[in-house]
This record gives sequence, structure tokens and C-alpha cells, in this order.
Amino acid sequence: MAGSDTTAARPAPDTVKILIAGGFGVGKTTMVGSVSEIVPLRTEEPLTMAGLDVDDLNGVEEKRATTVALDFGRISVSDDLVLYLFGTPGQQRFWFMWNDLAVGALGAVVLVDVRRPKTSFAAIDFFERRGIPFVIAVNGFHGEHPYPVEDIRDALTLPDGVPVMLCDARERESCRDVLIALVDRLIAQAEAEAAS
Amino acid sequence: MGGSDSAGRLVRPFTLTGGRTRPSRADFTLITTVTAADPQPEGAARPQPEHARILRLCAEPVAVAELAARLDLPMSVVVIMLCDLLEAGRISIHPPHPVNRTTPDLDLLQKVREGLGRL
Repeated sequence: MAGSDTTAARPAPDTVKILIAGGFGVGKTTMVGSVSEIVPLRTEEPLTMAGLDVDDLNGVEEKRATTVALDFGRISVSDDLVLYLFGTPGQQRFWFMWNDLAVGALGAVVLVDVRRPKTSFAAIDFFERRGIPFVIAVNGFHGEHPYPVEDIRDALTLPDGVPVMLCDARERESCRDVLIALVDRLIAQAEAEAAS
Repeated sequence: MGGSDSAGRLVRPFTLTGGRTRPSRADFTLITTVTAADPQPEGAARPQPEHARILRLCAEPVAVAELAARLDLPMSVVVIMLCDLLEAGRISIHPPHPVNRTTPDLDLLQKVREGLGRL
């Protein structure tokens, strides 16, 4: 690899990423912050830059200063492997602003607000179309879960095999368990792939 | 009204790139790791202030997204400056771990699983 690891600094770790997606205000940044080893960071792109197609600017023509923000955190899973968690913008049509955002992701967590499940349909559709593995995490506000998992699965018309978990995005253990469920699914798929 | 201020904050960065809005190379993803070359190339000119800031921030390996956040600059701007630094031999880069859906890396996944289990 040209230019790699030629310096005296400690060797660069390998990096991987998982996306935390879902509708606006569903708790994506909260989840990132609950498990990240750093206070979540934010990077913003100006919408007026980055070679937008005209269609992408429909409805925002007046807002020359509009930005789209990406919040993220990090977990050092070992000395030489770092996992980044990206809380994707609520409006999935802005993901292109980081053109590699969904490329090379291990998988995704789709956070769902039981009161507004439709706001997460677009994210589910996005990952299904691209064959990116995901799990559904239902964020109970104030930790309350009024609906059983099966009702939520039906409401979201999920394909079989997609795990649905109840979670509290404010709780570290709860968010960790969601990530573990995603990685367990990835491992199961990898093992099935290896056996076939 | 903070409108004009925030507009300035976001447009001004492109003066750092000489008005360029596109990177000259495609090496940099959000989680590509960047490290300042140590020592810096011999005979290199003094870096411009924003380049010097980047070099300080990546004395130890750091991901491009983190650099952008810590510089409070759009990633698109930071990447253009990183292209300049890479071409000048001032930084090295480490690409993300490749993810291949058809041949998943079981060892990698187990490692992530173990790391999460320790949280």
C-alpha cells in the first residue's frame, strides 16, 4: 500500500464503521453518544457546495447557508481496530454529501420511534436495496415500550430474519446490546456463507 | 440572525483550497486514517497555517472525519487539503479495513464482537 505506515508514529489502526440510521429526532446521536468512547463529534457540509444536482436543492433554494450535519463516535475494539459509529442525517437524500458514507459499512442499526415508525421506512428501504445488513432497534422514549416486538415487525413489514430489539438509546448497555445483535447477525451470515 | 455568520463560516473554508471544491484524488474516506510524516520531507517549505494545524492534529493517526470535526471544517475542504499534503509527502494514509459482502471477514467480525462485549 503506497504511503502506508512509513512514519515513526504508532501504527495506524484498522478502521471499520457501522451506521446508525432512522428518521429525524429518533435518537441517533443519543445512541452514538451512549456507546462512544469520545463525546460525539460533528462534521458539517454546506449544502451549497459539493456539486449538488438541481433536484437535490429543491425546497432549499432560499437557504444558502443550509448545512447537513453528520454526528459520529468511536469505539476502540482492540489496540489495532477502531469502530466508528456514524449517526446518519435524518433525511437520507443528504447522505450523498459524504459520498462514501454507506460504502464499506459493516452494517447498520435502524432506530425506530414507535410513535412515528414511518419516519424510518426510508432508511430500511435504503439498506435493503443495497444489501447492507441491518437490525431494527425500537427506541422507547423514557424507556417505555408500549408495543410488543411482533406488532412493530408487522407495522414495518420487515423481511424474515431481520432482528427487532427494544432499546433505550440513552443507556450504554442497551445500545451495546443492539450493536452486538448486529454483529452476531453479521457473524451468522458469514458462517452461512462460508458453509455454502 | 446568525444566517450570514454561518454562511461565512462555511463558504470561507473554500478559500483555504484556492477555491477548489473537488479533491485531486480519491484516497480519502471518512475513516481513512491519516498520520503526519515524521520527519517531514527535507527541504519542504513551511506549511501554510491550516496545513500546519492538520499536521499537528495527525501527529498520531487520526481518521479524516475526526480531523474535519476537530478543525471545524467541512470534510470536502479537509480532503482537498489532505490531497495537497499527501502529494507533498507530508502525511501517510491507511485505508479502512475492506468490507466484502460476498466473502465476509469472520476474524474481523469476531474481533469486533469481542470488543463490544468488553464495553
